[in-house]
Amino acid sequence: MTLVKTSYNRRSFLKSVTLAGGGMMLSFSWLASCVSNPKKALEMPKEWFELNGYLKIGENGVTTIMSPNPEIGQNVKTSMPMIVAEELDTNWDLVVVEQAPLNTDIFTRQLAGGSQSIRQSWEALRMAGGTARHMLREAAAQAWGVPLAEVTTATGVLYHEPSGRSAGYGEMASAAAQIPVPEEVELKDVKDFKIIRTSRKNVDGQKIVTGQPLYGLDYRKEGMLIAMIAAPPAFGLQLKSVDATAAKAMPGIRDVIVVDAYPEDYEMQWSDVSAFRKLVAVVGDTTWQVMQAKKALQLEWEPLPGGAGTPESTEIQMERMIARAAQPAREMRRDGDPEAAFARAAQVIERSYTAPYLAHNTMEPMNFFAHVTPEKAELVGPIQTPEFMEKSVSQRLGLPLDKIDIQMTRMGGGFGRRLYGHFLVEAAVISQQVQAPIKLIYSREDDMTFGCYRPTYYVTYRAGLDEAGNLIAFHVKGGGIPEQPVFPNRFPAGAVDNYLAEGWTLESNISVGAWRAPRSNFIAGAEQSFLDEVAEAAGKDPIAFRLELLQRAQENPVGERNDYDAARYAGVLELVRDKSGWDQPAEGVSRGASAYFCHNSYVAQVLDMVPRDGKLVVDKVYCAIDCGIVVNPDAAVNMAEGGIIDGIGHAMYSGLTFKNGQPEQNNFHQYRLIRHSEAPKKIEVHFVQNDIHPTGLGEPPLPPAVGALANALYKATGKRFYHQPFISEKQELG
Amino acid sequence: MATFDLNVNGKNHQVEVDPATPILWVLRDHLNLVGTKYGCGIAQCGACTIHLNGVAVRSCSLPVSAVGSQAITTIEGLSEAGDHPVQQAWLEHDVPQCGYCQAGQIMNAAAFLKNNPNPTDEAIEAAMNGNICRCGTYTRIKAAIKTAAQSMS
Ligand code: FES
Ligand code: FES
Repeated sequence: MTLVKTSYNRRSFLKSVTLAGGGMMLSFSWLASCVSNPKKALEMPKEWFELNGYLKIGENGVTTIMSPNPEIGQNVKTSMPMIVAEELDTNWDLVVVEQAPLNTDIFTRQLAGGSQSIRQSWEALRMAGGTARHMLREAAAQAWGVPLAEVTTATGVLYHEPSGRSAGYGEMASAAAQIPVPEEVELKDVKDFKIIRTSRKNVDGQKIVTGQPLYGLDYRKEGMLIAMIAAPPAFGLQLKSVDATAAKAMPGIRDVIVVDAYPEDYEMQWSDVSAFRKLVAVVGDTTWQVMQAKKALQLEWEPLPGGAGTPESTEIQMERMIARAAQPAREMRRDGDPEAAFARAAQVIERSYTAPYLAHNTMEPMNFFAHVTPEKAELVGPIQTPEFMEKSVSQRLGLPLDKIDIQMTRMGGGFGRRLYGHFLVEAAVISQQVQAPIKLIYSREDDMTFGCYRPTYYVTYRAGLDEAGNLIAFHVKGGGIPEQPVFPNRFPAGAVDNYLAEGWTLESNISVGAWRAPRSNFIAGAEQSFLDEVAEAAGKDPIAFRLELLQRAQENPVGERNDYDAARYAGVLELVRDKSGWDQPAEGVSRGASAYFCHNSYVAQVLDMVPRDGKLVVDKVYCAIDCGIVVNPDAAVNMAEGGIIDGIGHAMYSGLTFKNGQPEQNNFHQYRLIRHSEAPKKIEVHFVQNDIHPTGLGEPPLPPAVGALANALYKATGKRFYHQPFISEKQELG
Repeated sequence: MATFDLNVNGKNHQVEVDPATPILWVLRDHLNLVGTKYGCGIAQCGACTIHLNGVAVRSCSLPVSAVGSQAITTIEGLSEAGDHPVQQAWLEHDVPQCGYCQAGQIMNAAAFLKNNPNPTDEAIEAAMNGNICRCGTYTRIKAAIKTAAQSMS
C-alpha cells in the first residue's frame, strides 16, 4: 500500500460536492501526473489543479466516470476509467463512462493524448478512485460508529466485519460527499488489482457496431449548411482568381467565398500547420450538391512569391537528399574515436535507407462543425488539441477565449493528423463569413492532398567490425525534408565504444506533421535492417548479436545519456526469441527479427514469411512488449496488432510522391493501403509481466515491424530492401 | 431534382434530390442515417457498404436513380436489437479501434456469410479485400467472421 498526497501547497487536486438528486461527485484532474513525493516538483504545472474529470456515485450505486480524453482508437475511453474504478474498488458492471464536454465550469482543459495518455494520468486516476473510496469508508465508519480502519470494501460494497454490517456505495454516497477530502489516501498494492490487468470490452462497442452517430462527420445541427474547400492543387501555389458564377447558379448552393483562414499577419503556432492560408469555400445545402459545385469552380493559381513558390518533385528531392547527405552534418553525439576505429576495422559496412512522405489517411476525413456569431464560437468535431485550437480561433476571430466552445467527438482515426487543427479555424472563418452554422467536410482528395505529411527521410549507417566480428565503430547520419530522424541516444548508442550520430535537414514548402511514432516509424526499420546485415557480416545470429550488444550496454555502458534500459530491451528480445522458437523455424519459413524502444516502451518481433501460390505472405508475427503494467490486456493486444499491420502496410505499399508540387496520389486507387489479404495471418502478442507504471502502446508496436518485415523479406528473397515502400522494389505480399 | 421513393430498413421514404446523388449522401444528408460512412467516394474503401436486396454494394458509387424499389439495408437496420450474429461476434472479439470502418466491414461480412456459411480463410480475405481498416483490425475481423459463421450455422 502506498500513500499519496491529494494536495500540494494547500491546493487540492480534488473537489467533492453533493449531487442535487443525492449521491456524491468528485472532480479531479484527469491529466495530472501527481507524484507521491511532491518535493521532486517544486513548480507544479497549473493544469494539475484543473478539475477536468469526475466520478459520480448515485444513490443507486451506479458510478459514472466522465473522461475528458476523447477516443481516437486507442481505447483510452475504456482503460482510463478502469484505473479509477480499480482504486474505487467498485463493480465494473455498474460503471458508466461518458465523454466530458469541454469548457463547462468543471472541465477547463483537455488534451487528447497519444501513447502517453495512460502514463501521464496513471497516478491521478488512481488517486481520484482512492479518494472516493476513502470518503465512502469514512462515511460508513461515522454512520456505524466504528473505527475507520475496520471498514473494508469489495466490488462496490462497504463492510464492517466485526459487526457484520454492510452497505452498497450508493447508500453511503450522499454522506460521503459531506466528508472533507482527505489530505492523503492509500492506493492499492499492484498485486491486489482486480480490474486493471483484466480484459474489459470497449465501452462504445455496441454503439459502433450499430452505427450510432459518434463521429464529427455524423454531427448535425438544425439549420446547418455543408461547406467544402478548394485548396491550391500543388504546394507552392496560391489563389490568383475565382470565377464562381457557374457554381453559384447550381442547385442548393448558398455561397462561394474566399476564405482567408490564416492571413499573412497571423502568427501560426505548431498546431496550425497549413501550407494553404487562403482557400475557396463552397457552401450549400447538401454534401453532394457542394461536391458538384466545387467541380464547376473556375480557379486560377499562381506561385507563391520567392523560394516558397518552387515546385517540388520526388525525384529532385531525392537528388537533393543524396547531395546533402554527402556534406558535413550536425554532430549530435560522439563517443570514443569513431574515425580511428573505422580505419582499423577489418570490415566496414555502409548502407543507406529512404522512405517517402506518408499521408495519415484517417478513415474519417478532416471535418469540423462551426457556428460563429458576433458573441460566441461554437465548434464541434474531431480534434486532439482543443486547448491550442481555442487560442487559434480566438486570435483569428478576435473573440475572447471564454467565448469559444470546442466540443470533441469520437475520432475516426488520428495517427497524429488531428493534432493540426487548420480545418477547425477554416470552419470557424467560413461560418463567420456566411453567418450560418456550417459543417466543413474534406473529401478524401482534399484530405490526402492538403499536407501535414510524415516527412521523407534518408539515413546512412556505417558499422566497423574487428577480426572477431565485434562491433567496434558505429556511425549514423540521417536527414530528411524537413526533419531528421536520428535519436542519438538510443540503441546501439551505449553499446559501442566508438559512436557518432549526425543529422541534417532540408527545407521545402510541403507541410509535415507528426505521424504515428514520429521519426521512429522510419529510423527503427532502417536501423533494424542494418543491424541484421551487420550481424550477418559478423557471422552471428541476429538476435544473439543484439543481445550481446545489450549486455555490453547493461554491464559497462558507453556514455551517460542512454535513453533506454538495456535489461528491459534484452527482456523483450529474449521473450520473443523463446515464444517464437527462434532457433527452430518450421520448414519453408523465412524469419526476420527486430526490436525497438520508443515512447518509453520496448517491443521485439519475429516475423514469419511463407510462400503461398507463388507469392510471399506474412504467416505469423510474434510480438513481445514491455510497457509496464498492462491495464486492459485484450485491448492492448488489439493496439499491438494494429500497430504491426500498420507498420507492415506502410513499409510495403504506401507513399506519397510529388510532381511539380502536386501529390501524385489523391485517393485509395492510387495511394495503396494494406488490405485484408496482405495482413499477417496470425499475430501473437506477449507482455513482459512487471509492476512498472504503464507506458505507451499506441505507437511502439509499429516501428519494429518495418525491420522485421525487411529482414524476413531478405531471408525469403536473398535481397535486401532499402527503399520504402518495398513494392517500389517490385515486391508484393499475398 | 426528382422525387424518389425508397425502401430503407423496411420503411418507405420519399426524397427529392438530383438523380445522380449517390445513395450514401441520401442516407446521410436526407434521411439522417449516418451509420453508413464516407471514406473515399470512389468504391475503394468499403466504408459506405450497404445491402441492396441483401447484396453488399458501395453506396458512394450507387446513384439514387439506380435503386428503384430495391430494398436498402443499412447498419442501423441490420438487426432490430443490434444483435445480428456478425454484430455479436464483433463485440465478442472487441474488434473496433477507432471504429469508423466497422459499419462497412460488418455489412460486407453479413452479406458474404449469407452465401458462404462456412468460409475458408482465403475466401474471407477475398471477400473482405475491398474494405480498408486504417487501424489494422484485419486479424480480429477475420476471427469475428469465423465466430459469426459458426453461430449462424
Ligand atoms: S466511401 Fe464508398 S467505398 Fe469508400
Ligand atoms: S477501426 Fe479505425 S479504420 Fe477500422
